[in-house]
Amino acid sequence: MRRIISILMENEPGALSRIVGLFSQRGYNIDTLTVAPTDDETLSRLTLTTRGDDRKIEQITKQLNKLIEVAKLVDLSEGAHVERELMLVKLKASGVQRAEIKRTVDIFRGQIIDVTPALYTVQLVGDSAKLDAFVDSIGGASVVEVVRSGVSGIGRGDKVLAL
Amino acid sequence: MELLSGADMLIRSLEAEGVEQIFGYPGGSVLHIYDALYRHKTVEHFLVRHEQAAAHMADGYARATGKVGVVLATSGPGATNTITGIATAYMDSIPMVILSGQVPGHLVGEDAFQETDMLGVSRPVVKHSFAVKCASEIPETIKKAFYIASTGRKGPVLIDLPKNVTNPADLFEYTKPEKVVMRSYNPVSRGHAGQIKKAVDEIMRAKRPIIYSGGGVVQGNSSDLLVQLVEKLGCPITCTLMGLGAYPGDAKQSVGMLGMHGTYEANMAMHNADVIIAIGARFDDRVTNNPAKFCTEATIIHIDIDPASISKTITADIPIVGSVQQVLGDMLGQLGRTKDSVDAEALEAWWARIEEWRGKQCLSYDVPVGEKMKPQQVVETLWKVTNGDAYVTSDVGQHQMFTAQYYKFKRPRQWINSGGLGTMGFGLPAAMGVQVACPDKTVVCVTGEGSIQMNIQELSTCLQYRLPVKIININNQALGMVKQWQDMQYDKRHSHSYMESLPDFVKLVEAYGHVGMRVDDFADLEAAMEECFALKDRLVFMDIYVDPNEHVYPMSIAGESMKDMILSKTERT
Repeated sequence: MRRIISILMENEPGALSRIVGLFSQRGYNIDTLTVAPTDDETLSRLTLTTRGDDRKIEQITKQLNKLIEVAKLVDLSEGAHVERELMLVKLKASGVQRAEIKRTVDIFRGQIIDVTPALYTVQLVGDSAKLDAFVDSIGGASVVEVVRSGVSGIGRGDKVLAL
Repeated sequence: MELLSGADMLIRSLEAEGVEQIFGYPGGSVLHIYDALYRHKTVEHFLVRHEQAAAHMADGYARATGKVGVVLATSGPGATNTITGIATAYMDSIPMVILSGQVPGHLVGEDAFQETDMLGVSRPVVKHSFAVKCASEIPETIKKAFYIASTGRKGPVLIDLPKNVTNPADLFEYTKPEKVVMRSYNPVSRGHAGQIKKAVDEIMRAKRPIIYSGGGVVQGNSSDLLVQLVEKLGCPITCTLMGLGAYPGDAKQSVGMLGMHGTYEANMAMHNADVIIAIGARFDDRVTNNPAKFCTEATIIHIDIDPASISKTITADIPIVGSVQQVLGDMLGQLGRTKDSVDAEALEAWWARIEEWRGKQCLSYDVPVGEKMKPQQVVETLWKVTNGDAYVTSDVGQHQMFTAQYYKFKRPRQWINSGGLGTMGFGLPAAMGVQVACPDKTVVCVTGEGSIQMNIQELSTCLQYRLPVKIININNQALGMVKQWQDMQYDKRHSHSYMESLPDFVKLVEAYGHVGMRVDDFADLEAAMEECFALKDRLVFMDIYVDPNEHVYPMSIAGESMKDMILSKTERT
């Protein structure tokens, strides 16, 4: 099962390598990873997605918690949450295709952020499934380049991950 | 206000942590620190012959005393040589601080002479690590390192020190930090009172209880509480390889070690138990055998300071996260107050079954007349000659298992071996660290002709510091455990398990300035050992030739449950 683990950690050199190292060392996979400082610049927020059954995820979260620089973490997928991912995608857009691609971008509420006579560069935000669905509807033949940010997430309602 | 260089601050910070002895080897990046050691003379430094030995010495020192062992090595090869020692300490949760030199900050990343990314290399085998960027960070970093190493589940902490931060020309204001605050590290946790209550209720209902005690009881200084609990419950106790000595091995309620080479009675009692009380043990694969077939009847109570150890391999029914000392204390308190009592009748029946298993005498062995002595005889004679009272370290292999099985350890910290990592070459330097910590005690290293050659250069260190370690070399002229597996699983194809062209160990140790003895005949063994231990102030190396074909039994049958064992070359359960 896919899980989103969100970590609040000390913004210190070496902290990220310890987290990433833990995954390879113990044979866990990271599907996506995104990290940046928070409003408090001494803290970073790292969000990663991984896969595993309850037992494996429990072990992953326990091992992460043991790392000295990890202040707090939450498995967002355990409760109601919002997840978003940003995608920048370069698409072949010439001739009759051009209008069709524009329509599809609108349907997915994307934005065309750069244009050449033969290409559109599209920005799209949503959960990972929506981004997948967009690429599918455009069709592989039109896709020139895909850049995805990895998943970010936050709990719904009153739930807060903070110190 | 006091102005000090980084190197001087380092020594002062070590003094502040109560460090009296450190183990290391100099080199370019740590010369400022060595100069400070020379000038201060407050911290005694032991010069090894290979940095791996410095780490094992610090480790042995820490295991014998419970204090943090300290290692000092230069950048590059000096630091990387300590890695096996760090990994050994990490696997067995031993408190250690490693000070590794680094090339000056402005050269870092340029592939400078003797540069290695030591933080990267060590990352998977340390509890934590620090890179010092400025001398003024040294006092606080040292304090944090000692705090992390010695609290919670203990372990090694590495500090990388670029040469420029210890420069004697750069002076900084020194203030001794009073306490450390780390918002993201809060190791002290109290075992949940409700969970402890649940555990006590379960124990009271048990008909076939057993205590399974591990290294956490030793590291957590809780042997006295364990003894009280065993007495109170009247149940059998088995100790892991790392836990031996926490409960006296010759006491009636002890059923010996469990696991791959555990006793028949210990493994049978575990398999048939209805309640297992695991204390500071981690259900290691050498204990559980096949997790799917592990003690399927039992309710498992698991006490451990590390939440990640709980339900990692075997699901705990009643998990209790907390220090063994606090949890056992609370548990004994609750047991003292409860009106319930253990089911005496069921317990009696349980002991009757255990006595039946004991009756099998799984550790008995044949001694054919006129043949070479057995390695077991060596350990039993050692136990007799030292009154079972010596500090014993071991290397890794058959001799390690024989020592664990036949030397009945009386007290915690008496038995020192590399349990988790299984590091050959550990025994001698570890014994040296113990001898440094306990100069007046008898310290023995039980080893084999394979393991001893992995750090034999330390005989030179022993002479320099007059460390009168006694080395019992159980010489079977083969890598015994490898050969045993090849006998059993590879149709006796002894691929590279012979030690041909062995040195004359007696001449070798004499060349190092020590006393060597060779024993071939069991009839001479006891007298020779008496002679060896009478030489109180000398290192004595006893090269004892034993039966090269002996195997360690019992031995679990791989992939099966705890009750499935090979008991001898001809008998299985």
